[in-house]
Amino acid sequence: MIAIVDYGVGNLFSLKSSFSSIGAEVTVTGHKAEIEKADKIILPGVGAFEDAAKKLLQSGLGEAVINEARKGKPIMGICLGMQLLFDKSYEYGEHNGLGLIPGTVRPISDVIPKDLKIPHIGWNALDFKKDSPINKYINNGDFVYFVHSFYAADCENYTVSTAEYGTELTASVQNKNVFGCQFHPEKSGDVGLKILKAFSELEGDLC
Amino acid sequence: MITKRIIPCLDVRDGRVVKGVNFEGLKDVSSPVTLAEYYSSCGADELVFYDITASSDGRKLFTDILRETASRVFIPLTVGGGINTVEDFDRVLKCGADKVSVNSGAIKNPSLVLEAAKLYGDQCVVLSVDVKRVDGSFRVFAKGGREDTGIEAISWIKKCVSNGAGEIVVNSIDTDGVKGGFDLEMLGAVCDAVSVPVIASGGAGKTEDFITLFNALPKVDAGLAASIFHFGEVKIKELKEEMAKANIPVRR
Repeated sequence: MIAIVDYGVGNLFSLKSSFSSIGAEVTVTGHKAEIEKADKIILPGVGAFEDAAKKLLQSGLGEAVINEARKGKPIMGICLGMQLLFDKSYEYGEHNGLGLIPGTVRPISDVIPKDLKIPHIGWNALDFKKDSPINKYINNGDFVYFVHSFYAADCENYTVSTAEYGTELTASVQNKNVFGCQFHPEKSGDVGLKILKAFSELEGDLC
Repeated sequence: MITKRIIPCLDVRDGRVVKGVNFEGLKDVSSPVTLAEYYSSCGADELVFYDITASSDGRKLFTDILRETASRVFIPLTVGGGINTVEDFDRVLKCGADKVSVNSGAIKNPSLVLEAAKLYGDQCVVLSVDVKRVDGSFRVFAKGGREDTGIEAISWIKKCVSNGAGEIVVNSIDTDGVKGGFDLEMLGAVCDAVSVPVIASGGAGKTEDFITLFNALPKVDAGLAASIFHFGEVKIKELKEEMAKANIPVRR
């Protein structure tokens, strides 16, 4: 069973449907016990980092995710959910994340040419940087759907793929059993579903 | 590099696609779900569902259809039509919409864009605007393009962007239905005025119209059309092949 953590941000209908469509057993839950019971955990997220981090930690679900991650359970953060896995974010101030992947979250505007639009929105190609089991069914150059104004920085050692947008923006990451996608696999057509399938099939020791 | 998006638009009334659709091999051509799956498989980058239902029964049917589509089609889905309040945003977002398009609702209630952007983020709020030339200036029209609001279009679009509209769909009434190509002059004026993504609508009649659009206006992010896709006059797969040949970045 895959648990999608519901901590009160965003609509999780598409995410749940995408797992159902690949035949994975999935539940959307805001209960610690279910997160602890699940084989794998998805941390979703849209909106502002500060607000989401607060909700995640105050609900106690953040702690549950950290504990399960330390036990070696596969976890995947999506979009803002990926950003929350890092040490801290500089989105309007300075805010702590879950600290499961070393690195920081910074504004795209710091690193891209002025004539490019923000948010980075639309379909962009993945440029593979290192092997990862989540890329098992997809190819270098496959397209996925992005919507974001902040990006993961200082995480070269954990970067699985990037996307070119005036510079190389972090697209997906892995630190042992902890994975993250800046893009939306649940909105990236067949390529996205293949990434979710690879994640849902993970087994064995990733640490 | 980010690719240019091709977006088919489906008008839905009482749960059915309104404009006649003519596809070989599709059994239920007026089912929005079937058509959405078909377009997704052809390489559409995004879909727009436009609810033109008047009755509350029809509205319920629409959200049912939306939910079914979102559980089977995994590309971004924008929903428009009858969006007048933040409750309307909530209603369609819960059913799997990713973005919500406002048009007349924003004209009637100018704070709608601001309120919705605060609640759901700029990326969720799409301003759709029907524009027509009147006495040498671009004018915003309401009620499906029937009523001149007297509002100057470029300043209206700028205002909505500063309130948090994350994308603009510019539908030129002057070129809509003519099939002589997109309104490059109008779209150019909008692109010069705002820095958010601009989606061109109205006027596409053939593949070359899209090529001309993206070549003439590199700042345009997407091309939207309805009947030319529904009737197979332009096939999305072939369109994207032609775009790639013309060195326009495209997802294939």
